[in-house]
Amino acid sequence: MSEQEIKGKVREFVSRFVRGHELGEDDDIFATGFVNSMFAMQLVQFVETSFGITCESEDLELDNFRSIGAITRFVERKLGVAA
Amino acid sequence: MSDTALAPEAAVAPPAALRMELGPAQEAARAAFRAYVDREVAPNAGAWDRAAETPRAAVDALAATGWLGAVVPAEHGGAGMDWVTFGLLNEELGRGCSSIRSLLTVHSMASYAVLRYGSRAQKERWLPRLARGEAIGAFALSEPNVGSDASAVETVAVADGDDYVLSGVKKWTTYGRIADVYLVFAKAEGKPIAFLVERGTPGFEVRPLGGITGTRASMLAELRFDGCRVPKESRIAGPGFGLAVAVSVLEVGRYSVGCGTVGIVRACLDASLAYATRRVQFGVPIAQHQLVQRRLADMATEYRAAHWLCLRAGWLRDAGDPSAAAETFVAKYFASQAATRAALDAVQLHGAHGCSEEYPVERYLRDSRVMEIIEGSTEIQQVTIAGNEIREHERQDSSQ
Repeated sequence: MSEQEIKGKVREFVSRFVRGHELGEDDDIFATGFVNSMFAMQLVQFVETSFGITCESEDLELDNFRSIGAITRFVERKLGVAA
Repeated sequence: MSDTALAPEAAVAPPAALRMELGPAQEAARAAFRAYVDREVAPNAGAWDRAAETPRAAVDALAATGWLGAVVPAEHGGAGMDWVTFGLLNEELGRGCSSIRSLLTVHSMASYAVLRYGSRAQKERWLPRLARGEAIGAFALSEPNVGSDASAVETVAVADGDDYVLSGVKKWTTYGRIADVYLVFAKAEGKPIAFLVERGTPGFEVRPLGGITGTRASMLAELRFDGCRVPKESRIAGPGFGLAVAVSVLEVGRYSVGCGTVGIVRACLDASLAYATRRVQFGVPIAQHQLVQRRLADMATEYRAAHWLCLRAGWLRDAGDPSAAAETFVAKYFASQAATRAALDAVQLHGAHGCSEEYPVERYLRDSRVMEIIEGSTEIQQVTIAGNEIREHERQDSSQ
């Protein structure tokens, strides 16, 4: 899966929560005020089921999930490790 | 029969995908669970309920079976059960005693949290002990002001150097009185966070909590954290992911409780059959009265429906199917309500005897009440299941 495909899927998912607000690649999703504490859980579930990866304890840090770019890089890293 | 009827070979050999039956190892495990419950659990459950306590010997006996390590893989010293087998264990324990079944539930939830989200050091330290039952695990989410809205926990964790300092109160912590390690949920700078907190940590007090309606032997506790200092290494996942951990762990709990309530339905049916075939009124055993038979028929039917809904949820989980979580909601919703209906019918069928501690059905009724509240109340199941259906409908609508 290419970086663009991963980013597209992530952007599509995040956009459902941040309606009417155009997010830049490195904008802090959690600072937008659009998401609540349940969002982190939904994001983890989305990443695991959409990309077939497992988030380990050390992965569950906000820096890996803070922005569309960060999530994309995290997924790429996990897929790279898995390959 | 019309000419278009299925060919005989099709009728006797349905497609493999529709066959739902236990494998030989699962059947053998079920027989072992059943024998253990008949010997060690069911005969004592009434006394434990009246004493409002599970004797340590009963906890140790269950630990000796290795079944407290059900969700822990063999590489960490556990039983490494598949989810279907774990469901059968919960059903059988639930048939005997909902309190000790709830020990398996919360202990498995804590174990699963360490297994799934714990650091390597946490896994090495806790999993073998939890698997052997040498350490008992508990799940501490509920608070005096916080139930279904898990995102609103009021317990606070303040970072201080290499530690966090916990302050707050947890309530209705199942087997909190005897647990050795607690999965505690708090907020750090407004972000949900989870910790493993050991019994005996300074600033952490365990107070017994009594006077509960059902699962009276489940040794509930109130946990008080007053400046309780825990190292950063005791975190389970980072700040912001406490709810993700809670929801994931609650899926295990929901499955466990759902299967346990199937056991309550079975226990109601067994007790009612035993009573109705012996109790004579109007010159015949009451089992011959058709209004009594209606109750028996409902229990028998709902037992099968609940049993297979739960096992199907476990089977989906074993298969890694993404629908497993949604199906677990459905299974627990149905099974817990079926337990209430079965227990009400069983008490009614027993008449005055049913309102007495001499018969177990009044305990089943009290326990079933609890089952519709824990691991997602009936109302939370309803809005979740309906929400899932609405989203699926909209998805299908938009793809057309």
